[in-house]
Amino acid sequence: MLLVLAMLVPAAAADVFWFGPGLPIQIVIASLSALLAESVMLALRREPLQPSLGDGSALVTAALLAFALPPLAPWWVAACGSAFAIVFAKHLFGGLGRNLFNPAMAGFALLLLTFPAEMSRWSMPIVVASHHLGFTDTLTTIFTGVPPVAWDAISSATPLDAVHSGLKTGATLQEVLARTSTAHSASIWSSLGILLGGLGLLGLRIIRWPIPVSMLAAVVVSAGLLNAIDPGTYPGVLFHLTSGATLLGAFFIACDPVTTAASHRGRLWFGAGVGLLTVVIRSWTAYPDGIAFAVLIMNLFVPLIDRLTVPRIYGHAR
Amino acid sequence: MEVTIATGRQRGVRLIGAAQRSAASAPSAASAPPQLALSLALPDGSSLVPVVRIGEYVRLGQVVAWSPDCEGTPLHASVSGQVSAIELRDAIGMSARMPAIVIDNDGRDERDPGLIPVADYTLRSAEELLARIEAGGIVGLGGAAFPTHLKLAPTPSTPVETLVINGVECEPGIQCDDMLMRYRAESMLFGAQVMLHIVGAGRCVIAIEADKPEAIAATRTAVKAAGDARLSVAIVPTYYPAGGERQLIEFLFGTQVPAGGLPRDVGVVCQNVGTAAAIATLIRTGEPLVSRLVTVTGLGVAFPRTLEVRLGTPLSHLIEECGGYTPDITRLIAGGMMMGVALPHDALAVAKTTHCVIAATAADLVPRGPAMPCIRCGDCAEACPSHLLPQELYRHAVEEDDAGLARFGITDCIECGCCDAVCPSQLPLVSVFGAARRQLQVNTVTTERRDLARQRFNAHTQRLAVEQAERQRRLKERRPAGRKDE
Repeated sequence: MLLVLAMLVPAAAADVFWFGPGLPIQIVIASLSALLAESVMLALRREPLQPSLGDGSALVTAALLAFALPPLAPWWVAACGSAFAIVFAKHLFGGLGRNLFNPAMAGFALLLLTFPAEMSRWSMPIVVASHHLGFTDTLTTIFTGVPPVAWDAISSATPLDAVHSGLKTGATLQEVLARTSTAHSASIWSSLGILLGGLGLLGLRIIRWPIPVSMLAAVVVSAGLLNAIDPGTYPGVLFHLTSGATLLGAFFIACDPVTTAASHRGRLWFGAGVGLLTVVIRSWTAYPDGIAFAVLIMNLFVPLIDRLTVPRIYGHAR
Repeated sequence: MEVTIATGRQRGVRLIGAAQRSAASAPSAASAPPQLALSLALPDGSSLVPVVRIGEYVRLGQVVAWSPDCEGTPLHASVSGQVSAIELRDAIGMSARMPAIVIDNDGRDERDPGLIPVADYTLRSAEELLARIEAGGIVGLGGAAFPTHLKLAPTPSTPVETLVINGVECEPGIQCDDMLMRYRAESMLFGAQVMLHIVGAGRCVIAIEADKPEAIAATRTAVKAAGDARLSVAIVPTYYPAGGERQLIEFLFGTQVPAGGLPRDVGVVCQNVGTAAAIATLIRTGEPLVSRLVTVTGLGVAFPRTLEVRLGTPLSHLIEECGGYTPDITRLIAGGMMMGVALPHDALAVAKTTHCVIAATAADLVPRGPAMPCIRCGDCAEACPSHLLPQELYRHAVEEDDAGLARFGITDCIECGCCDAVCPSQLPLVSVFGAARRQLQVNTVTTERRDLARQRFNAHTQRLAVEQAERQRRLKERRPAGRKDE
């Protein structure tokens, strides 16, 4: 579990470089909240704090949730989401290993539905922001909810947001993409960081190839198909791969073993479902990114997938 | 010892650093102890019936016990001397005490005069040779101890095309097969030829693990010297459980033995190298199975080695032959590191199934942390040679859900321990599965009995009702309705 955290470091570094020190602060807030929630729940369930508290699973949930939050979101956003993830998505289902839904994504979905305004105030990349927030300013903003300058000066739409809302205003996709190019290059750098960490996870055999491969393949195929049909409305494959949480989803979120299918073949189906649903949600729903909902929906299908993909036992006919 | 999951076509685990501590010299014969105890226990929990009396003098190779219902093969005296007791004793791998024949060795090794070699086996019929093999007490020496004559017996519906001589050690660290091929390859090949003659197979594959170069070289030389085109050597990659009969067949021929079936169903018969050598000895000298190779290993013994040991030799004597225990011995294990069983004491005797004795120290044993919840990582499924989903089996076993256990194939679990060895949550999977499987068997029998009892009861009730009705009808007939009122 702690190795998973270590593999998030390159992505976190890229994030800090482009968007300032918000992310580490969010990680700390989310982690403290998660550990507190875990302790309370373990105490309520009359279970010993160790080794559950030390297994690092709560910290991984918290870190993944923090990655999905706007870096300047108020502290209670991370705290609420993290606590919800641990209490409702994890412990009320029976604790580690028994949860049906990915805790981090359940927490994220709750936040997205409950605090839409806070969840959409994404930071502007430092290079283009007119005002640069230092560590203290960032801390103050997160804990008071009031930035030292106007929100407009430091926040901007994410590339996915820009495409999503830009197309509604009548702009062409190419115009929108041009406008959001800096934010997109920031996103590409984060994606590279995640790819590096993800390959690390694969190399250390902490995760296996089926889910990342099938999920990314599904994104490539579905996004490529849409782009080929209508290049003016649907962004290309590379845009889909490098924006939003695509890679984070493929390597870190969808690969959570507890909430995916059991068999190799089942995991291929699970990943493909997540990839396809992500593109569908991004293209045709009210939400700019779709990883969280795609993962949660596919979590629901896991029992069915498991039932249909039991491997052929040695010596048995298919 | 480090465990990793095998990749590619191999399903199982690689055990890196699994000790090969006993590879020192050619297997020498262990001295015969002053007293031996021949256990009459059979692997299925039943036992042989003694045919000698207390106080009787027995000769080396004389039958001392046999199986009236042909469940097992006869047992022979492994020394000459006087039967001093026939009593219940602890037996390796048995939870209850089992009968054993205790012989006081007179040290003369006086042979039973009835032991006669077979001059030219090619002139003998398969039936005759099978009868000799049965009478010679020969069983599978890979550890399962299944009677060899039954495995070789002809079945007209399933002809045997290939004889596989299994030289893939059942578990890492065991060396009896390796040693046998290194030093007795010629004898093993002779045994293989006898078996080819019996089953009428056209070819014989001797399977050897890639990490046993000496055994491969010795076997190749012997094959060349034999000049028999039917014999060939196949190299099998080193992983566990490559030596499992079904796993080996899948690797060699790409076909799976059908569930509930036998290797014969795919035209294969598999025999251990030790079994082949035992058949060679029987045919050439007439001597039945009275000794076997046993690997004594582990850091808990002074000079680990592989020895030719008489059946019935107490483990304590065997350990002394290897220089005795070292001070940090912590556990005595019969069998290998993966499937072996811990022993309560060392007064137990070597049986036909005993291929390895591990005197383990703390350094030999993989420390086991506290069990954590299953996170469904799937490592166990990746390692399972039976292609099961141990994570699902575990869930159903904990919930005692028999239907779920059956659906996920608990009866196909070979209890090899791969899932257990790779589980990051350190769950005791194999012991849970073993217990669940036995419980399932008990439950099935109980259900059958209950159903039968219910059927009987229903039939009984029905029969009573019918009889009652019949009685009433007759009563009515005898007393016509009109007279009833009078």
